[in-house]
Amino acid sequence: MDLFRLTMHEASRLLRQHQIRALDLTRAVCTRIRATDLTLHTYLTVCEDEALSQAAVADRQLQNPDTAPPLCGLPIAVKDVILTKGVRSTAGSKILADFVPPYEATVVQRLKAAGAIVIGKVNCDEFAMGSSTENSAFFPSRNPWDLTRVPGGSSGGSATAVAAHQALASLGTDTGGSIRLPAAFCGVTGLKPTYGRVSRYGVVAYASSLDQVGPVTKDVQDCALLLQAIAGHDPQDSTSVNYPVPDYQAMLPQGIQGLRVGIPKEYFVEGMQPEVEAAVRTSIAELQALGATPVPISLPHTEYAVAAYYIIATAEASSNLARYDGVRYGYRTPQSDGLTTMYERTRAEGFGAEVKRRILLGTYVLSAGYYDAYYLKAQKVRTLIRQDFLRAAQECDVIATPVAPTTAFAAGEKITDPLTMYLTDIFTIAVNLAGLPAISVPCGFDNQGLPIGLQLIGRPFDEVTLLRAAYSYEQATPWHTRTPPL
Amino acid sequence: MVQVTKADVRRVAHLARLTLTEQEADAMTEHFTRVLTYIEKLNALQTDDVEPATHAVTVDAPLRPDRVTNPPNPALVQTAPARDATFFKVPKVLG
Repeated sequence: MDLFRLTMHEASRLLRQHQIRALDLTRAVCTRIRATDLTLHTYLTVCEDEALSQAAVADRQLQNPDTAPPLCGLPIAVKDVILTKGVRSTAGSKILADFVPPYEATVVQRLKAAGAIVIGKVNCDEFAMGSSTENSAFFPSRNPWDLTRVPGGSSGGSATAVAAHQALASLGTDTGGSIRLPAAFCGVTGLKPTYGRVSRYGVVAYASSLDQVGPVTKDVQDCALLLQAIAGHDPQDSTSVNYPVPDYQAMLPQGIQGLRVGIPKEYFVEGMQPEVEAAVRTSIAELQALGATPVPISLPHTEYAVAAYYIIATAEASSNLARYDGVRYGYRTPQSDGLTTMYERTRAEGFGAEVKRRILLGTYVLSAGYYDAYYLKAQKVRTLIRQDFLRAAQECDVIATPVAPTTAFAAGEKITDPLTMYLTDIFTIAVNLAGLPAISVPCGFDNQGLPIGLQLIGRPFDEVTLLRAAYSYEQATPWHTRTPPL
Repeated sequence: MVQVTKADVRRVAHLARLTLTEQEADAMTEHFTRVLTYIEKLNALQTDDVEPATHAVTVDAPLRPDRVTNPPNPALVQTAPARDATFFKVPKVLG
């Protein structure tokens, strides 16, 4: 059996039973990366030497399975917006092309403390801005199910790594759908935790009130396992909450008898690809067959979410990206005749087109004379969107929707029209504005064999119920076992 | 239909310390116009009595004792494009 095809929980069991060694597992994944990455372009940096020495350490720890930490010996890929100490971290941007962080993100520290092996850094849209990974300053990644198509974004590399078995799991980030969309397009599982559940310390900030780190995995059990390792309060992130972290795995097999599943009418609209709608409706019927009760609901402000997001996120981005000025780290323009031109040219030369668009739009909406009309207005609409979900929470326990209106689109198809690209996020974006947890699980394929994702949205800090619902659905269906012919 | 001018774009580019080529400025003007026109749909919503949401979750500002926990770290200067001992070097600021 190809060791790289294992899930984290399967590998963990075999490692602890001494049926496989961590060294062999890591070697197998590295070989797999070498064999596939010239085609897929998932990885920006592969940490083979470091991974092998960590694997050797893991094998020593696994000699005593009772004390070996929960992710011991498991190779995991990390999105390049998440800082890894001593390992180049680019955020998918030229402005950080040679940046080697002198410190590490909390989530990476926790992965390592749990015994996981960071196998490498994976590709993403520049500064996590994008829905296709075509905005990476380095190269686009390819969808393993169809190499002419995008893997989704911005965590494209995180999803392709998992779909193509180039890592057992990965970490991505999600600001407007950037974990859930690529997970759906690539036929894997991806979770955006409740805002504040996971530390953002050491994660290159895009929009600070929206960003969250989350797991991208081969199945729901792995998702629970990985979330367990990274969730929890971090004093270094003042937006991380000090709530206890429950056992995400314990309740998975409990079933969903009596679970109320909200079906929002605003998420089944004209212009959706028919197979996507059909697959999601079939999934809802499946949930019902498993004991859940579908409840029609309305989230009336859904159609305003993209507009509100592109004011709030760009405003926050314009502030967060002001630090890239060539002074303390990253790229600096070689020629300048003073500080101001140094800033202007560094940023002009270092940032890609979409990043510039968002910085400038954000600056505009925050500028004098426009702040009330745009930013303040958008923040009020955000309250209305949140209130929609709060009302819905009284009638249902989770909400079921499609992840995207279509399956993976062709490379180059939307890149020339930013607004069309923005509308890809139409079903995922409101969730970030409301700060809720949401998961994408595979729920079928279209007529061209492209994966379709089912989104389940949960109550704040109720990832336990969300994961239980996702697990029940997954275990009753074959989708999560399907793998691209690579 | 929102009208954004190239002058608006240049003003904002200066605020953001970003130089744009003529071509970029033209493209950006068009982009702004499209996106801001799309965003106008928010005006359909009555929000006079709605509070703005600034946080996804209500978090009280956490306090801690006023003690240094991060001593000066020489490693942080290692990433500087230009440095002089423990200083970041930049083009002249004044004069």
